[in-house]
Amino acid sequence: MIVLAVEVEKRLGALTLAARFQIAGGVTALFGPSGAGKTSLVNMIAGLLKPDRGCIVLDDTTLFDAAKAINVPPHRRQIGCVFQEGRLFPHLSVRQNLDYGRRMSGRPRNPTEFERIASLLGITHLLQRRPRMLSGGERQRVAIGRALLMQPRLLLLDEPLASLDAGHKGEILPYLMRLRDEAAIPMVYVSHIAGELRQIATSVVRLDEGRVLAVGGLELLAGAS
Amino acid sequence: MLELSSAEWTAVELSLRIALVATAWALPFGIAIGWLLARGKFWGKTVLDGLVHLPLVLPPVVTGYLLLMWFGRKGPIGAFLYDHFGVVFAFRWTGAALASGVMGFPLLVRPIRLALEAIDRRLEDAAATLGANPALVFFTVTLPLALPGIVAGVLLCFARALGEFGATITFVSNIPGETQTISAAIYTFLQIPDGDAAAGRLVVVAIVLSLAALIAAEWLGRRASARFHGE
Repeated sequence: MIVLAVEVEKRLGALTLAARFQIAGGVTALFGPSGAGKTSLVNMIAGLLKPDRGCIVLDDTTLFDAAKAINVPPHRRQIGCVFQEGRLFPHLSVRQNLDYGRRMSGRPRNPTEFERIASLLGITHLLQRRPRMLSGGERQRVAIGRALLMQPRLLLLDEPLASLDAGHKGEILPYLMRLRDEAAIPMVYVSHIAGELRQIATSVVRLDEGRVLAVGGLELLAGAS
Repeated sequence: MLELSSAEWTAVELSLRIALVATAWALPFGIAIGWLLARGKFWGKTVLDGLVHLPLVLPPVVTGYLLLMWFGRKGPIGAFLYDHFGVVFAFRWTGAALASGVMGFPLLVRPIRLALEAIDRRLEDAAATLGANPALVFFTVTLPLALPGIVAGVLLCFARALGEFGATITFVSNIPGETQTISAAIYTFLQIPDGDAAAGRLVVVAIVLSLAALIAAEWLGRRASARFHGE
């Protein structure tokens, strides 16, 4: 079943991004070198960047359609994002960060779900802290928890391990794999590192210079470093 | 040592009231203008920036005179406000508050604008993806992150309003119990033969109030930044 259908064009300085692909459930890797347009694509799916042309459809909802002048704003897309730098709110505690999505959408508290996600990510002992007091790996786990607790229809992970050293990378990947195996949330995972994607991805969209080179399985990662 | 006469107390109380009211009214406008200058892209932004800073560079007497022309009972804005809301500025303490608010405004806007410019916009994007509409993003992310700048601006504006002299005396004169602030009272006492002692007492009060404002600024600033950097 197709979860997300993307067909977009956008001029970004010297690069013209023109991508077309569809993804099903599981973890779809957006794979390609830096400057391939991966982050721009993710931002377009999240609603943070407006394509010049094309359309983006999630399940049966049209998020963007240039021809029909549809552009659902990011706060109504219900797409969870985990960014490279975490982007935790520095003025809020870990607990408040995790709770932010629920508060903004006005849903009632759900302590069971909160507990489940916090312990899945191993962050229950950090709830009172400020983001400043966390290690890079802890910060990314909180960022993942924050995105999950907003009950997203789709989870976008944009190089979530890029700011971490090797040891901390190893600390995050198992959580993400558990998430993949447990959760029914489809994920888009952006990275330029094939090794990372081999562990986590279930399908691959390979990009270069703003274009989709190939769509397929993990075999597309072969030969890449 | 510091036995203030009732006239002197009146001046102190009046100064505090004028400065508080001026700052409280200026704050929402200061945040709005600071936001426009930090984030807005519109024609005439340079003009707006210039206008906001004008009271800082104009002779205060000129600012007072312009206020008198516009906000006096017969001035275009003053007449409108009187006809529709019954508000009078000329020769009232409200006019003193307007004058000191205008004089403090550039000092209020600048730190707010700088704080807003320093905010990582990507945090606002993150808030939007988490379901916060633009108003919620502003109140739950932008404004709290700009808080140290807002506190700094408020205290600078308050201190400026407390000490304002030139524009106030030009606009609303120097009426004891109505528009005679500490500064105006000191000036008045120095004009009369044995007013030195009274002037001296008010000088002490002015120093104490200014120091208190500085200490409050320091303390509040530290508390605000501790929220981001501490536990």
